[in-house]
Amino acid sequence: MKKKTGYAAAFQAAFPYTIPVLTGYLFIGIAFGIMFQEKGYNFLWAALMSVLVYAGSGQYLAVNFFAPGVSLFYVIFMTFMVNVRHIFYGISMLDKFKHMGKRKLYMIFSLTDETYSLLFITKVPKDVDKSKFVLAIALLDQCYWIAGSVIGALAGHLIPFDSTGVDFAMTALFLVIMTEQWMSSKNHLPALAGIGSAVVCRLIFGASNFILPSMICILLLLLSGRKKIEALGGQDLVKEVDRHAS
Amino acid sequence: MPLSPGQSLVIIIVTALVTFSTRVIPFLLFPEGRKIPKVVQYLGKVLPPAVIGMLIIYCYKNVSFLSAPFGVPEVLCGALVVVLYIWKRNNLLSIGAGTVLYMVLVQTVFS
Repeated sequence: MKKKTGYAAAFQAAFPYTIPVLTGYLFIGIAFGIMFQEKGYNFLWAALMSVLVYAGSGQYLAVNFFAPGVSLFYVIFMTFMVNVRHIFYGISMLDKFKHMGKRKLYMIFSLTDETYSLLFITKVPKDVDKSKFVLAIALLDQCYWIAGSVIGALAGHLIPFDSTGVDFAMTALFLVIMTEQWMSSKNHLPALAGIGSAVVCRLIFGASNFILPSMICILLLLLSGRKKIEALGGQDLVKEVDRHAS
Repeated sequence: MPLSPGQSLVIIIVTALVTFSTRVIPFLLFPEGRKIPKVVQYLGKVLPPAVIGMLIIYCYKNVSFLSAPFGVPEVLCGALVVVLYIWKRNNLLSIGAGTVLYMVLVQTVFS
């Protein structure tokens, strides 16, 4: 079979996988647009923010930065803290983004929780160019996010139905990915290390300060348990699924 | 606008740069040409399941299990997502059903 190498084929193949993110991002993007607009920033500002920053919880937090007397140090520190988990994402994408040339820079920039999770679980269809497919997922996700924030800033209050609770789509997406990973791997130690560390640290450090301690715990557990984890088959953890999203 | 356009722009650019820095650090530490240490390769393999686990707890971080409604909608809908997925292996069905049920619950029963 002839390999389809065009971007059209890549976007077509990528789209179904991104539908859960489409739903989630549109609505949490809308919520951001509304918040930002209420601060006095119109849709162009919301779009600029979503184009340049592109971070869900980061942008929610950032809305508070736009007030007199907020120091740049505070902006830097808080943004770093809320986004620090991203450091882990890059470590597992070092290999995946290899040989992507100029596109690699965009892939790194757009590595949100959701895009990372999709890339982790999604197998590139055989007849599509890998780099283009991966880029299509990342680009589609950011488009949803920008569209959501612009809609929110322009017409957030006109939405004819109550969208309370729609952000559960993101929780559901992570749950699906966890379940899939759990079923396709015999080795559950890394997943348990992540859940366990986060639960314990959430109880000790509270809702707003537990991610960094959780990351440290996870690192310590994974490093100290390396022999055991590798003996159980650390290799097939990233077994990707070839299942169409529809 | 509480700040001038110039000040606002500075905040956006600083936020963007710091966010990007958290994403780019591993790629700066381990550039393409250099051999990635074995331990980092190992972490690259085992971190994703751990991180997804952490993200789930992150999503549930503000749920109070000690006061009403005791996390009932979150746990119930989370369970629905997982059970449906094990049964049908269809992610859109799981995510869709879980989200719709959650919206209905928090807007009616638990509002």
